[in-house]
Amino acid sequence: MTQALIKLSVVPDAANEVATPPVASVSVLTPAAAPVTVSTVAAAPKPGIQWSQLARQFAGWFLPPMFGLMLFGALWALVSQQSDGLPGPISTWHSAVALFSDPFYNNGPNDQGIGWNILSSLQRVGLGFGMAALIGIPLGFIIGRFQFMSRMVAPVISLLRPVSPLAWLPIGLLVFKAADPAAIWVIFISAIWPMIINTAVGVSKVPQDYMNVARVLKLSEWKIFTRILFPSVLPYMMTGVRLSIGVAWLVIVAAEMLTGGVGIGFWVWDEWNNLNVEHIIIAIFVVGIVGLLLEQGLLLIARRFSYE
Amino acid sequence: MHKYVELENVNMVFHTKQGRFEALRNINLQVKQGEFVSIIGHSGCGKSTVLNLIAGLLEPTDGLLFCAGREIAGPGPERAVVFQNHSLLPWLSCFDNVYLAVERVFSASESKAQMRARTSAVLELVGLSHAAEKRPGEISGGMKQRVGIARALAMEPKVLLLDEPFGALDALTRAHLQDELMGIMAKSGCTAVMVTHDVDEAVLLSDRIVMMTNGPAATIGEILEVDLQRPRQRLALAEDPHYNHLRSEVLKFLHERHAKAA
Repeated sequence: MTQALIKLSVVPDAANEVATPPVASVSVLTPAAAPVTVSTVAAAPKPGIQWSQLARQFAGWFLPPMFGLMLFGALWALVSQQSDGLPGPISTWHSAVALFSDPFYNNGPNDQGIGWNILSSLQRVGLGFGMAALIGIPLGFIIGRFQFMSRMVAPVISLLRPVSPLAWLPIGLLVFKAADPAAIWVIFISAIWPMIINTAVGVSKVPQDYMNVARVLKLSEWKIFTRILFPSVLPYMMTGVRLSIGVAWLVIVAAEMLTGGVGIGFWVWDEWNNLNVEHIIIAIFVVGIVGLLLEQGLLLIARRFSYE
Repeated sequence: MHKYVELENVNMVFHTKQGRFEALRNINLQVKQGEFVSIIGHSGCGKSTVLNLIAGLLEPTDGLLFCAGREIAGPGPERAVVFQNHSLLPWLSCFDNVYLAVERVFSASESKAQMRARTSAVLELVGLSHAAEKRPGEISGGMKQRVGIARALAMEPKVLLLDEPFGALDALTRAHLQDELMGIMAKSGCTAVMVTHDVDEAVLLSDRIVMMTNGPAATIGEILEVDLQRPRQRLALAEDPHYNHLRSEVLKFLHERHAKAA
């Protein structure tokens, strides 16, 4: 039978020849049928085992983070008891419940609900980050693709990239003569570098084999871009985008503290002036959670576009 | 006889970080139209370099290369390459991988429907119609290599260049694909240059076997005529004394006269 099988795979024409003797097929069926019945019998009590396995898996996945958060809460409670200014988890929780019961009130520009503050910050991040992506990603492709461009912009990038984002704020204020565009400008300039650099690295990491295919086929630059560069660079690009949005969200709090207006950063500073420490702690959690959501959302998009 | 691919006094020197490396010295080779030539040699002897030079992916340091009477001035679809690691684009389906090549060569003269039919036909030729919509990650190594061959054939090249096309496959799949390739080459009448390190493969497929000396400064040691009748049958040849004589000639060259110092 094994001989016949090999013959079958090497010479497809022999298929009819092999299929004709019915004795052979019966002799194969009987031993094959036996293990099948055995396995169905064995599978019958399986659901019970699977449930307990599932529960164990869930516990393994769920319990360690829970312990971590509980430990964090306990430490926080302990520290707040020793200090006279720092509110504990319970009073912060009550304060948060009150705060989030009315997130969208509006009592003039300096006193708005937490929801408005978060949305304003997100809008600035969206604008600054969006413009950075619009410029940074194409620039990254150009730098990665053309050696000359790469060598041309390398000194400028190396010089500007390590500059602290807030050092750009005065330039923004000077040029735009307004606080809001200046804050967006700071987001833009701090978010653009990871996207440029990661995209450019991605382009330079495109396997030479794929580029050889492009060369043998003599593909046009546009075809090379759409069929080879872009899909190949996408994972690197998404890493850059994720890093950028992280940086942008980090920077917005600091920028808004300086520029004022409506926004989560300004709100933190305002609550510090009011000595409402519970709200500052709430703001820290809000910033953390929103940052986490942004990152996870982008990870989801990245996975959606991955070809693997 | 018509000289179709011609290498004249080709030298190749690489400038690496370790310094100057002379890979090839004084390569002279003529390939006739419709001929199947294998290049065999120990690893590192520069046989892939010869192929890349004909493909136009490399430029020789010295010497001239011609294809169909014209100097080779860079890569082009008339010299299709089947890459060792298949080099399919993982984000495109098998069909789209082949279609990319078809589109490049025929978009000026044919309609979309014609080009799609051409793509389907060549996939059928390599027996992969059923996997046309699968991506390279979803098919076996042998199937990937067949798509690679289909892509090269779809361009209707003047010369087919094969860079150890079956090197990464298991012995059974390799034998199967060699038989298929023989059939395809007989049908298309295409000129082919293949790099290999497999003696049986070289003798089975080739009209001539170019045996290269060891590098650095590798050159052509001997050229062996394989005057076996076509079509060739693998099983019948295994018993054929002339086949075995040719086979031992290649083995003697590789392991006696130009044994690789370990």
